[in-house]
Amino acid sequence: MTTTTSPTAPVGSPGGAPQPPRSARRRWPEGRATRAFRWLATGAGALILVVLAAVALFLIVRAWPALTADGATLGEDISWFPDDSSLLRFVGPLVFGTLLAAVLALLIATPISIGIALFISHYAPRRLANGLGYVIDLLAAIPSVVYGLWGAIWLAPRLSPVWQWLSETLGFIPLFAGPAADPPRVILTVGVVLAAMILPIITAVCREVFLQAPRLHEEAALALGATRWEMIRMAVLPFGRSGIVSAAMLGLGRALGETMAVLMILSPGALYSFNLLQAGQHQTIAANIALQFPEADPTGVSVLIATGLALFVITLAVNMAARAIVARRKEFSGAN
Amino acid sequence: MNVSLHRRVGAIALTGALALSLAACGSDDPVAAGAPAGDATEAGSELSGELVGAGASSQESAMEAWRAGFQSANPDVNVSYDPVGSGGGRTQFLEGGTDFAGSDAALKEDELTQAAERCTDGEAIEVPLYISPIAVIYNLPGVDELNLSPAVIAGIFNRTITTWNAPEIAADNPDATLPDLPITPVNRSDESGTTENFTEYLVATAGEAWPHEASGDWPVSGGQSAQGTSGVVQTVQGGEGTIGYADASKAGSLGTARIKVGEEWVAYSPEAAAAVVDASPRAEGQSEHAVVVELDRATTASGAYPLVLISYSIACTAYEDPAKADLVKAFLGYVASSEGQEAAATSAGSAPISDTLRTDIEASIEAIGAGA
Repeated sequence: MTTTTSPTAPVGSPGGAPQPPRSARRRWPEGRATRAFRWLATGAGALILVVLAAVALFLIVRAWPALTADGATLGEDISWFPDDSSLLRFVGPLVFGTLLAAVLALLIATPISIGIALFISHYAPRRLANGLGYVIDLLAAIPSVVYGLWGAIWLAPRLSPVWQWLSETLGFIPLFAGPAADPPRVILTVGVVLAAMILPIITAVCREVFLQAPRLHEEAALALGATRWEMIRMAVLPFGRSGIVSAAMLGLGRALGETMAVLMILSPGALYSFNLLQAGQHQTIAANIALQFPEADPTGVSVLIATGLALFVITLAVNMAARAIVARRKEFSGAN
Repeated sequence: MNVSLHRRVGAIALTGALALSLAACGSDDPVAAGAPAGDATEAGSELSGELVGAGASSQESAMEAWRAGFQSANPDVNVSYDPVGSGGGRTQFLEGGTDFAGSDAALKEDELTQAAERCTDGEAIEVPLYISPIAVIYNLPGVDELNLSPAVIAGIFNRTITTWNAPEIAADNPDATLPDLPITPVNRSDESGTTENFTEYLVATAGEAWPHEASGDWPVSGGQSAQGTSGVVQTVQGGEGTIGYADASKAGSLGTARIKVGEEWVAYSPEAAAAVVDASPRAEGQSEHAVVVELDRATTASGAYPLVLISYSIACTAYEDPAKADLVKAFLGYVASSEGQEAAATSAGSAPISDTLRTDIEASIEAIGAGA
């Protein structure tokens, strides 16, 4: 088109002549694209709410028969449901076990993660930091069943003497009351493996937060004669506190729902027990569902889904609590 | 020079490989596409179609062997088996979702009435095609042979006998040097046919030493447990002084205890497992074409090993589609044949059914299709 109309004209004129129509043409699709994109984005945002509502609805509807049935009939119908019990008393120990495993994992993983993140953001030479960052991200990509196999086959036998020692030297603390189970298919082993699983996500978030720490604050601290550790304590950690909390909550969310690793490592039981080194004391909701589902009849499935509903509520509560903490701490974080 | 030669050789090899694989593709496709079409025209002479089953996970590895054997003889038949568990398998079959079911337990009364409906006025046939001995496995270094009477097994698993050098165990094993080590019993954490058969055995033989009822779910809470046969075996291997029960074929290098039958100590073996089935009476109240065995766990028959799991294949005498009936009949016929039973014995370590039992089973399978 341009070649036929103005072969002799200078470079500016062929561009100038069709410009008004072209820009008009462009504005139309642009307007449509913008609108389409807005709808798409809104739709995506709405979809997540719809999915959440659908999951909640599914859980409630499918759990309804179990929620309304009384404990005695459930005990009769389902072989693994304790006799003369109620749904609440059945779910209780599972909720306890789930929380215990997740909290143990968090207690182990959070300090290590903060350490790794600080090393990457403030201590390591840049090239090493990059490489280490990749490795940490890679850890997150390992499927949980692999962690389960690793934990059950490789880690557990090596932890056994450690737990034995723990129960012998610290056995007076009820947490570590012996004799330690051999093989160590206990909640503390699960905690260690879960910690390894949630380490990457906590580390990744912490690292990003620490990197955001205001350079000026850091330099000011150093200029006032602070050592590097003092600088981190005064400038980086207070700034990153809310970030650390939300990172830990992300990790907690993953630990709460982890199924395969727990299923493969833990000897389940249904007790409110703080004996971390004894077998057959705890079970988590997710692992219990995976364990009992294959042979469950419709009533059993309904009970399992009711426990799933409990897990859903817990996860929701944990996330909301995390949000609340982050929101409350925001003002004091120094981010502004 | 050297490099270019290498490159040329490489190029030639690559071209050759490409040509080969392309040729393979070319010749493969028409065969795959042509076979079913060619077969449809001459239906009747050869079996073809889809055979869907679901049920007990205990049969899974045997089913692999049967499927391979049956499909190599009948390449146009596709057999699938979903190891959803006995209960799920029976439900799916009764609801018409599958053509046959595998189940560790026979059909219950209300299921039999459902079966009449599902089988289009026919009956359900139930035949025990998978017999598997359950071994009591233990990990106790230095002890290669272990004799355990039912009462002692019950005591160990009920945690009333807690150390390996307990007098009850020592009395039956005068030659063994039993260590002063705590016993760690390991059970299945999931509901399973193995547990059900093991507890049934204890209920029938251990008397007061086993105060619990038979159930697919382990009745003693606490202690070590693991999911699935492999989980139990792995847990027993993982500790010292552990003892568990598992499908005998999966026992691996672990020690297996001999159990007391009458006055004898019997180690598990396929023959001993088949022997107890032959020595047991048939269950009452089943349909005419059902071969359901009322296992005599307390048998004192010489050389019988009563700690076995029987898994049934459940099918219909009549199907809406007569071709389906032919398929089921042919498949179960193959499974019941000595060839099929051998295949399962090799791959899954099951005990081949005896010839006397086979005669009865074949009569039942003969009834498939006759009702339509």
